[in-house]
Amino acid sequence: MEFGLSQDQLLLDDSLRKYLSTEVSLESVRKVAASDVSDNDMWRGLADMGLAGIVIPEAHGGAELGMLDAVAVAEALGYAACPGPFLSTAIMGAHLLNRAGATDPLAGMASGDYRVGVAFSDFVGARKGQVTEVNSQLSGQSLYALDADADAYLVALADGRVYMVETEHLARQSLTTIDVTRSVCELNFSQTPACLVTEDAQLVRDTIYRGRTIQAADTLGAAQYMLDQAVAYSLDRKQFNRAIGSFQAVKHMCAEMASQLEPCRSFVWYAGHAFDEMDNEAALTACHAKAHLAEVGQFVAKTSTEVHGGMGFTDLVGLHYWFKRIGFNRQLLGSPEQVRHEAALLQGLCDA
Amino acid sequence: MDLSYGHEYDTFREEVKSFIQAHQHKQPGPGDGLKSPALREWQRLLIENGYHSRTISSEYGGFGAEPDIIKSRIIAEEFGAARMHRGFNGQGVTMLTPVLLEMGSETQKQTFVGPTINAEIIWCQGYSEPGAGSDLASLTTKAELDGDEWVINGQKIWTSTAHHADWIFCLVRTEPDAPKHLGISFLLFRMDTPGIEIRPLVDMTGDANFNEVFFTDVRVPKDQIVGERGQGWQVANAILGHERGSLATPDAALNRLNGVKRLMREESINGTPIMDNPIFRDRLMKLEGRALAMQYNDMRLLSAKINKNQDVRLAAMIVKLAGTELRHEIECLGIDVMGEIGLGYGDNPHVRGHGAWQYQYMFYLGLIIGGGTSQIQKNIISERGLGMPKEPKIPAASAK
Repeated sequence: MEFGLSQDQLLLDDSLRKYLSTEVSLESVRKVAASDVSDNDMWRGLADMGLAGIVIPEAHGGAELGMLDAVAVAEALGYAACPGPFLSTAIMGAHLLNRAGATDPLAGMASGDYRVGVAFSDFVGARKGQVTEVNSQLSGQSLYALDADADAYLVALADGRVYMVETEHLARQSLTTIDVTRSVCELNFSQTPACLVTEDAQLVRDTIYRGRTIQAADTLGAAQYMLDQAVAYSLDRKQFNRAIGSFQAVKHMCAEMASQLEPCRSFVWYAGHAFDEMDNEAALTACHAKAHLAEVGQFVAKTSTEVHGGMGFTDLVGLHYWFKRIGFNRQLLGSPEQVRHEAALLQGLCDA
Repeated sequence: MDLSYGHEYDTFREEVKSFIQAHQHKQPGPGDGLKSPALREWQRLLIENGYHSRTISSEYGGFGAEPDIIKSRIIAEEFGAARMHRGFNGQGVTMLTPVLLEMGSETQKQTFVGPTINAEIIWCQGYSEPGAGSDLASLTTKAELDGDEWVINGQKIWTSTAHHADWIFCLVRTEPDAPKHLGISFLLFRMDTPGIEIRPLVDMTGDANFNEVFFTDVRVPKDQIVGERGQGWQVANAILGHERGSLATPDAALNRLNGVKRLMREESINGTPIMDNPIFRDRLMKLEGRALAMQYNDMRLLSAKINKNQDVRLAAMIVKLAGTELRHEIECLGIDVMGEIGLGYGDNPHVRGHGAWQYQYMFYLGLIIGGGTSQIQKNIISERGLGMPKEPKIPAASAK
C-alpha cells in the first residue's frame, strides 16, 4: 500500500517546478497577461518536457502517462499561475480525440505545435447562445471556449455530439475575464463546416470529469502558493514591533487555511488515481474534488489576501493573479452548486 | 499509488471475517457495564485471538504480534463493517498503557499492563484543573513527600469515568520551585484511597460524562510514580499524542453521513422527502466532499506509517481540528433535516435514532473543546506545522 506520488512522479514534479520557478516568473506572467507577449514560449518549454502530450499515447508522440501524473503537473502549474492550454489541449482535447479514435491531430498537439480548444458550454449547461448542427455545418454561438488562440476547437452540442472546427472557418472573439493567466473566447458559427468526432455523450462526460479533476489540482496549487505567501509575508511584515505572524489572530487564519487545504492534496491525488485504476469511482470523486477545491480555494484566496493586508489588494504584490485563477476554476466546467448536483445525481440521490 | 493491501493480507482478512461470524453472538450488549463479566470475557477472547492489545508483548498479557499497521487496519475495517464490539478501550488502555510500556518501570509494567488491557483495572485521567485547562502545565494540585508517602491536595476536573475507575493516573506538582514544566510528576494511585471525593459534572447532553475530583491529604506510596520526579510533563505529552489521533476517525464521519442520507429519504415535509429538496442536498454534498477529503487524508497517514519517507506532519496535525468540526456539522445537518422533530430528546416518543443526532451534535462540540481546543490546535498547526512564531510571553506581574 502506498498512497502518494511515486519516485518518477516526484522527479517529474521536481523538474517541472524548477523549470517554472525560473521560466515562469510573476514578471513573465504579467507580460503574457498584458498580451505583450504570447504564451508560446512557455507552452513550447512545457511541450519539450513532454507535458503537452502527457496523456497522448507514445505511438502519437506523447508520454502516455496517467491522470495522477497530470494532476501532479496541474498542481505545479497552478502554483506558478502558468498560462497555457494544459487543461484544454493537453488534457481534455487530447483525451477526447484519442478515445474517439480521431488521432490525426495528436502528434501536433504533443509537440506543442497544434492547439485544440474546447467549447463545451452547451453540454455543461448553456447559459446564453447555443450551437446547432445541420448537414455537418454549425450555426450559433459558444461562449467561454478554452482557449483564445487554439488552432481548432472541439465543440460539444447539448446532446453530446462533438464536432471539430478549424479556427480559420469561424469568427472568434477573445473574451476578457478576471483571470488573465488563462484565455477564453466566444465562437460564432454560421453554417460553419465541421467534422463529427464522436456521438458518445459518455465520452464527453468523462472528458469533463478529467477537466474538473485537473481544475481541482490547479486550484490546490494556486491555493498552496497563496498560503505559502501569506505565511512568508506574516513573518516579514512588522507592526506593533512584532512580526504580524506572531499574533494569534494571524496564525489562526493561516492554520485554518492549512487545515482545509492539506486534505485536498490527498483528495486530488485520489481523484487522479481513480481515472487510472478505479474507473467506477472516477466520476464522483472528480465532481466532489472540483466542488470541494472550489470552496477551499475561495476561502484560502480570501484569507491569504487578508493576511497581506492592504498590500494583498494591490497589483504590486500580484497575489490577485492567483486569487482570480482560483475564481476562474470555480466557475468554468460547472459552478460548485451545479457540480454538487451532479455528484448527487451520480449516486442516484435525485432525478436529473 | 497503490491502494491495495496486497494478496498476503487477503487471507488475514478472511480470518478476521470468520472470527467475527463465529463469535458475533457473544458480544456484550448495551446492558453490560464496565465491570460486567460479559465485557471481561469478551475482552479476554479478543486478546487471545489478537483483536485487542495485538502488539503488546505476551509477557505483559497482550497477544504479542509484530506491529503490522495493515493488519490493524483490516481488523478495524472488518469490525467496523460488522458493527462488532471492539472491546474495552478506556483511557487506561489507549493512553496509559502505551506510556507505561515506554516509560514505566518493569514492576509497573508487570503490575498494571495485563489487568488494564483485560479491563480488570479501570483507569481515569487526572490532568485538567479548574485553573489549568489549555495551560495545563500551570496545574497546582500538589504532592509533598512525607516519609515514604506522597500527600496530595488539590482538585481535578473533566475526569471521565472517575466514578467507575479503580485507579487514576494523575499529574501533580512535586517541585514547586522549578519552572512550571519541570515541576510536575506523574503518579498512579487507587481511587478508593481515603481523601478522594468525586462529584459528577452534568454536561449539556444531560449526562455526567465527566467529574470533578477533590483530593484532601490523599496518601500514596512513594514508588507509585512513572518516570522521575519532575518528568511528568514529558510523560503526559507522550500520552496526548495517543489521544488526539483517536478522537476523529473519517470512517465514522462517512458512516454518519450515510445515516443522514437515510434520514433524508425517510423524513419529509408535506409528503416530499427531504432528499428531493436541492438546498438540503447541496448541504449534504458539501459535507460529503469534506468527509472524503478527510478519508483520503487518512489513507495518506496510513501510507506514511508503512512508507517511512513520506512527510505527513501537517496532514496529521490537522486531523483533530478538521475532523471534530466536520462531525459537529454532519450531526447538525441530521437535526436540520428533521426540523421540529429534530428537537426530540430523551424519552420523547417521536425521537429519531434514540436522540443520537442531538446528543452527538452536543458531544462533538465537547470534543472540539476537549483534548486540546480548536484554538490550541491552530496554535500547534501554525507554530509546528507552518513555522510561525509563538505569541510573545507577557512577563509575570511583579508580586507586591
